[in-house]
Amino acid sequence: MNAKKIDHLATGVIYTLVISVIVILIAILGYILFNGVPDISWHFLTSAAQSFSAGGGIRDQLFNSLYLLILTIIVSLPIGLGAGIYLSEYAPNNWTTELIRTSVEVLSSLPSVVVGLFGYLLFVIKLNLGFSILSGAIALTFFNLPLLTRNIEESLRGVPDLQREAGMSLGLSSWKTTTKIVLPAALPGILTGLILSAGRIFGEAAALIYTAGQSAPTVDYTNWNIFSTTSFLNPMRPAETLAVHIWKVNTESVTPDAHLISSASSAVLIIVILIFNLGARFLGNKLYNKITASK
Amino acid sequence: MDDIQKKLQTKSKATFQDYFGKGICYLCIGLIILLVTCILYFIASKGLATFTKNHVRVLDFLTKTNWNPGAIDAKGHPDIGALPMIVTSFSVTLLAAIIATPFALGVAIFMAEFSSKRGTKILQPVIELLVGIPSVVYGFIGLSVIVPFIRNVFGGTGFGILSGTLVLFVMILPTITSLSVDSLKSVPMYYRQASLALGATRWQTIYKVVLRSAIPGILTAIIFGMARAFGEALAVQMVIGNATLMPKNLISPASTLTSKLTTDIGNTVMGTLPNNALWSLALILLLMSLILNMLVKFIGKRGRF
Amino acid sequence: MKKKTIISLVLGFAALMLVLTGCGNSDSGKDSSSSKSSSGEASGKITAVGSTALQPLVEKAAANFQKENSKVNITVQGGGSGTGLSQVQDKSVTIGNSDIFAEEKDGIDSKKLVDHKVAVVGMAPVINKDVNVKNLTMDQVKQIFTGKITNWKDVGGKDEEITVVNRAEGSGTRATFEAAVLKGEKAVKSQEQDSNGTVQKIVESTPGAISYLAFSYINNKIQAVSIDDVKPTDENVESGKWKIWSYEHMYTNGKADGATAKFLDYMNSKDVQDSLVKDMGYISIHNMKVQKDSKGTVSSK
Repeated sequence: MNAKKIDHLATGVIYTLVISVIVILIAILGYILFNGVPDISWHFLTSAAQSFSAGGGIRDQLFNSLYLLILTIIVSLPIGLGAGIYLSEYAPNNWTTELIRTSVEVLSSLPSVVVGLFGYLLFVIKLNLGFSILSGAIALTFFNLPLLTRNIEESLRGVPDLQREAGMSLGLSSWKTTTKIVLPAALPGILTGLILSAGRIFGEAAALIYTAGQSAPTVDYTNWNIFSTTSFLNPMRPAETLAVHIWKVNTESVTPDAHLISSASSAVLIIVILIFNLGARFLGNKLYNKITASK
Repeated sequence: MDDIQKKLQTKSKATFQDYFGKGICYLCIGLIILLVTCILYFIASKGLATFTKNHVRVLDFLTKTNWNPGAIDAKGHPDIGALPMIVTSFSVTLLAAIIATPFALGVAIFMAEFSSKRGTKILQPVIELLVGIPSVVYGFIGLSVIVPFIRNVFGGTGFGILSGTLVLFVMILPTITSLSVDSLKSVPMYYRQASLALGATRWQTIYKVVLRSAIPGILTAIIFGMARAFGEALAVQMVIGNATLMPKNLISPASTLTSKLTTDIGNTVMGTLPNNALWSLALILLLMSLILNMLVKFIGKRGRF
Repeated sequence: MKKKTIISLVLGFAALMLVLTGCGNSDSGKDSSSSKSSSGEASGKITAVGSTALQPLVEKAAANFQKENSKVNITVQGGGSGTGLSQVQDKSVTIGNSDIFAEEKDGIDSKKLVDHKVAVVGMAPVINKDVNVKNLTMDQVKQIFTGKITNWKDVGGKDEEITVVNRAEGSGTRATFEAAVLKGEKAVKSQEQDSNGTVQKIVESTPGAISYLAFSYINNKIQAVSIDDVKPTDENVESGKWKIWSYEHMYTNGKADGATAKFLDYMNSKDVQDSLVKDMGYISIHNMKVQKDSKGTVSSK
């Protein structure tokens, strides 16, 4: 009887915790959306930002955020995958591996401004990449790699050894087993890691101020030549992202409608992240079902 | 005969695939090691300059409570003691982790063990959404909601460790939750089946079997959560008061290593003492998170089974 | 076959990253010679880095300037006055924006840098509205910020503790304020914030708070304080009656030439000074009847 009572009690505690978290979540999201959504308009989404007069929009910032996200994922996902596979499949269980793991974890506690300055001195100045989306993407890779690698490693580990043994017994090389069997099975976990890091990319400001810059020069959305300085696709142009814009508007802007821009931008940011999360999950599940033949 | 011999002596296609795959993985991990070394070297070289070039005594730096890199004290030593910030950083991070962990674990257990698919489907994206909210927004919510709340309930100005903790709690909740869910989910199903078959209740199964075998993953989750709390600056600096004073209690203004670093670094000139002192703060931060990391791992090893 | 493309992508990017990082290491010993050419006349590429307060003005002016000079490419970024000054000293950037005289910063060789003053910014003490104080003497302000007066009732306000919110150590705003008000005495250890927007918000919401802000950030939710019955207005700054003000500087390493010189001339032209500078809440450099040198001595022009 006692065990059952404890079971009920524990269930109750967990439900209380979950409900309080849900309340906090709703309060925060509600606060941001309630303050921001009424100010979102088509004009706001499609016009350029103003330095000190009212009525500016966030067109360039929104695009820059998305573009930076894509570039960062292109740079960091392959490295994270490779490193994750190494740690879960190949790494010997000894102190060197433990050292690598620990140093990667420690790296993720670095304040973003330090990573930003490091990126500034190395990429912007020494490598002469200038204030550019590319510099920003590489700096963000620094942030993403620890969490992403760890996440991929964990989800690969979660795949039962049975699957690996099955692959081996079919005569597949262990590389083929990893890429064809284990990796697809670990896809949902990897996706979580990707979505978490995407969120961080969207929300990061301090590191980008020194690398991608905090001004958005006017770009031409009809110019598809990736090497032209005015092209929206040029990865070498400076770019202010939405989070940096929110930071700038809140801290130094003299725009009369700064408060409005900030709350509306936050709401837009949340909505974009939500769409991205749901989209990534939807596509990921489709892919998962297709390549693992599970339902 | 020759054919078989040849086949046995040359390496098969699968072996080459293996070499290829291994090569890629080693390349990636090598790259990460390179990055880590690069950034560690960078911070160490800058951070140690305070002690080697500017002759600040390490012990003074760690134990004195007066932070004033611009001035020189009576004995001709620069007057920099980072103790207030070290204490504040430690307390904010630990408190935030202590508060956030039960909540995060509760949600994680709910999502991995209790809930039907639908509950998870709604809860997970929403929690992940929290990661993407920029720090500045958290800071402003903290400034307009939490700080006045603390001021009205506990008195004082409302700025202090408590406000910082509450803001960080929300910020690290998603990280700990999502990583814990993953590690709970990767506990094999037959563990649960075996436990339930022995007549254990659901809670007994969770507590004695699932949680225990998921401990390494959960600890990693907590470490990453604390790392985020350690490194967070923009939000914390708005609510913690940013005063380089030794915190007297939870509601007196204080300053963390990161908030001091972020506030001042743009205003100092590279290579000078005030700038080097800030890099030393970054170095301390790294060492501290290393210590915390080890500590958590050590506790994890002892607490297992 | 799908996997193969992914794998080749992985390899490609890994190799790229390796090359990039490798370059970084081999380069780090040398001086960044390539960025030097950016200050040359023909290339027409200008990078201005530094003061976040000045950034919007320069950014807007740069956009207007580029409309007429399409071959010139100007990048304007923030990062703080210290960053601006040290980067222009290292010749990593063409122009270093600063709220502060180069002479006032340790570790900057001001002889190498050429100063271009582009605007004047006035600052005023601001307090939370419920304190109900509108005027203070210079001495009272000094005593509040040095921690000698700690309650508003000592200066004619209501019985409430004073919460001092200072600005970040080393920031231009704080240097100006301390030079004009504290005159060498040390400020009390207190809260520090580094941005105008945050200070505005904190003073607005914290009872008994006092800080100081640039004129353009003063709004009707906070109370700007007169000092010795002089109101903080543009006219009083121009005539020299209001003491707390500073220049916004754009520094070049050596004499500016080519496109940079042209752009700096443009910053000083009537186009910018009479419209953009005013719109930003700064005071035009042409209107000043007094001048200040790097030691803080004010003389009439």
